Amino acid sequence: MTLLTHSSRNALAGASLGAALSLLFLLAPSAAASSTDVLSYDDARHLLNRAGFGATEAEIQRTVGMTREKATRILLDGARTSPVTPPPAWTAETGPLRYPRRGIDSIDAEKKIFQQEQVREGLELRGWWVGEMLATTSPLTERMTLFWHNHFVSSQQKVKLAELMYRQNATLRANALGNFGEMLHAIARDPAMVIYLDNAQNRKGSPNENFAREVMELFTLGEGNYSEQDIKEAARAFTGWSLDRNTGQFVFRRFIHDDGMKTVLNRAGYLDGDQVLDILLAQPATAEFITRKLWREFVSPDLDEPAIRRIADRFRNSRYDIKVALHGIFTSDAFYAKQNRAVLVKSPIELVVGTLRQFGMKPGEALPFAVAAAGMGQNLFAPPNVKGWPGQETWINASTLLARKQFLERLFRGDEPANRMMPGTEAPAAVIADAGMTGALPRQAIQPQGALDPEKARQIRFLRAMERGMSGIPFSSDAWMAQFDASRGANSRNNSASRLLLATAPQSIQDAGGEPLAQVRALVLDAAYQLK
Amino acid sequence: MDRRHFLKLAGSIPVVSLAPALMTRVAWAATPSGADYRKPLILIELKGGNDGLNTLVPYANPTYYALRPKIGIPREQVVQLSDSVGLHPALEPLLPLWKNRELAVLQGVGYPAPNLSHFRSIEIWDTASRSEEYLQDGWLTRAFGAAPTPKSFAADGVIIGSPDLGPLAGGGTRAIALANTEQFLRQARLATVEGQSRNKALSHILKVEADIMQAASHLGASHAFTTEFPQGGFGNAIKTASQIVANEAGVAVVRVTLSGFDTHSGQPGTQARLLGELAGGVVALKSALVELGKWNDTLVLTYAEFGRRPKENLSNGTDHGTASAHFALGGRVAGGMYGEQPSLDRLSGDGNPGYAIDFRSVYATALDRWWGVPSSGPLGGTFTPLPILRA
Repeated sequence: MTLLTHSSRNALAGASLGAALSLLFLLAPSAAASSTDVLSYDDARHLLNRAGFGATEAEIQRTVGMTREKATRILLDGARTSPVTPPPAWTAETGPLRYPRRGIDSIDAEKKIFQQEQVREGLELRGWWVGEMLATTSPLTERMTLFWHNHFVSSQQKVKLAELMYRQNATLRANALGNFGEMLHAIARDPAMVIYLDNAQNRKGSPNENFAREVMELFTLGEGNYSEQDIKEAARAFTGWSLDRNTGQFVFRRFIHDDGMKTVLNRAGYLDGDQVLDILLAQPATAEFITRKLWREFVSPDLDEPAIRRIADRFRNSRYDIKVALHGIFTSDAFYAKQNRAVLVKSPIELVVGTLRQFGMKPGEALPFAVAAAGMGQNLFAPPNVKGWPGQETWINASTLLARKQFLERLFRGDEPANRMMPGTEAPAAVIADAGMTGALPRQAIQPQGALDPEKARQIRFLRAMERGMSGIPFSSDAWMAQFDASRGANSRNNSASRLLLATAPQSIQDAGGEPLAQVRALVLDAAYQLK
Repeated sequence: MDRRHFLKLAGSIPVVSLAPALMTRVAWAATPSGADYRKPLILIELKGGNDGLNTLVPYANPTYYALRPKIGIPREQVVQLSDSVGLHPALEPLLPLWKNRELAVLQGVGYPAPNLSHFRSIEIWDTASRSEEYLQDGWLTRAFGAAPTPKSFAADGVIIGSPDLGPLAGGGTRAIALANTEQFLRQARLATVEGQSRNKALSHILKVEADIMQAASHLGASHAFTTEFPQGGFGNAIKTASQIVANEAGVAVVRVTLSGFDTHSGQPGTQARLLGELAGGVVALKSALVELGKWNDTLVLTYAEFGRRPKENLSNGTDHGTASAHFALGGRVAGGMYGEQPSLDRLSGDGNPGYAIDFRSVYATALDRWWGVPSSGPLGGTFTPLPILRA
């Protein structure tokens, strides 16, 4: 068993080297960059917003005039494998996990303390990640970490332990622009995943098929590329892939592992889990499935299958170097095509983080903004189910659209922080997800009325603190507007702001010539601001 | 005059708005599907998973008291409906409805291969999926997709007091989530534009803005009820629901949520308080609907993600269970007992009973029998409606 695992590890190390070589080759500048390869203002804006969060005017200006190739290489070369901000202190703690005792001797108070601790840590984790998105030098790294969070889905609602969610997040970031095969192998051993997809319950003689099913349907091949029998056989290969409840580390339990003969996708052998993953990686369907998902994330909801297949082939030939796939996307004609501009809906996180970055707003606390995004339907570390957030148009309904607009309206209410958020002003439609453990609670549903139980009172205090946290961020619309050339009058300045902020023409009639703050507010409240 | 100005003007007409009434009449004739959405459906979600066994108590069954030595409802406190079952004492205000035969008790509502996670199980209920199937759209979203409501309606549905659209989630529906009408109207001012675009995403956003504006233009007038609504969150939600049903333009479905039923510990006090709120709210709702002359044209259904484990736990509470009791109420409901009380002698490995009524049969009743919308498409299969409605 150990031997097999080793050999598969070595094969992967070889794969990485191959990937590095092929990357060198693929990234070599083409002999002559055609003039269409040179990025205009709109092209640069498009690239930076699609590959990051709300680019600033200065960032765009730095990119204008570069070739697609060069701008892409800067993005990929700048990728990180670790965060720039320190994670919460408790992530550094070693020692046994702090589960409540199980069974009969576990008392309520103990369970309650455990739960509150996980809620608190889960909130810290959300605040930290949003803070990292705001501070990072490589927005693409965080976008890809979020992309993989929505691909290799786990939720704190089931996993409970914030520490395991953090470790998974670190694994996703470390591999976010690395090797997809290595990431798949790592995720299959990831403790949060082992819990989330029930592999801890997968034992010889009574297999649990959850992980085996999702690894084929959602992580690699996609529906229609495997049979129910493949799932049953693969599930046997993952028996015994479990978790040590004391250390929270992955553990292989050989005594509950089924080491019999298995056949997966017509490959027979005494297969173990790693070998099954390699069989899945060898299928062209896997490269196409992942490339299609990247296409939807970065290019368009409409799939250009020939273009996707070309990129998928290079991706697979590179042995799954994610940078090869992204390079293919960010240098493609389809990416820059007119019909693919402004066709994607910003996710709540993109809207919130993008707005703060674009306007240079630096909040002292990031948690209120994680909570704001949760109120718009994206609660980090708690996707709705194993399929993740469906995204795109499903982000927008009457409730979430008003939540988005209220968030923006409150952010640009007045130039003076004191005016922006006066005590007693109307509560936002913000919801908290009760730290992602017990589901979303609407702000309105917990307004004080009559006697409150302590839990509700606590939630109200929390929400009020979140609302306060959104106020007091220094921002001057005059100073922000002043970055645009005004030599040709206020109108041209407003047009410049519109061009920066909106991916397509504004939908509401703009009252040109108004106060800077009114201009900014009109632009961010425009329907077009929801698009990228 | 553009549409927005027109709507503003229409909304400011002090006489009970003339324009929507005119539009409405035209639209009734134009409803192509033959569906009759003038009869609203009011859904009451008992969030957290109400304990059905202490809601409809099998007081004559000794196994019940053996499973629940501490939290079982004593026989003498049960509001007896038959010689075997009765209501939790906090539901006593519902007794007149029962005697009037306007209350149908649905026993053992559930589904095969039940999931015990709140999130997953409510998703199954909201999307009417099979246990192992992941669907994106709510069951009402699919129904309204197949048989649209009249364009003149204020909205397809209004969700009160919860940001989660539940059965109305997903593409296409005109669903409005609000806490109360006044607050919604304040927020709705942020929706400013409607229109169309060849850009699908933009077109969707503009449509949602238009939905908000349309709802805001119709839901403005608040009816002056003589009914007194109970104090508190649920009472307010019921009042808001009544106001929405009172609007001239029409809304096909209203969903209100009563939260807090996840009673893992200290169940008796919590559940009694919640069921008391439920009963008080339902009684006020009936009174308001009678005032509007709509009690005979409204169907009220309760639902929840699951019931609770028959055997009490060590914390005076109950853990996640499966099938549970639910209620159907209304002037046209054929009151009585339906389904079967879960057998407490045949529990599954995790200690839960089987189900007697598939929840999708309850949905099929609302679609086929209440609105006249063929249910097999939206529900992804044929489910037999329950005979709980009078002609």
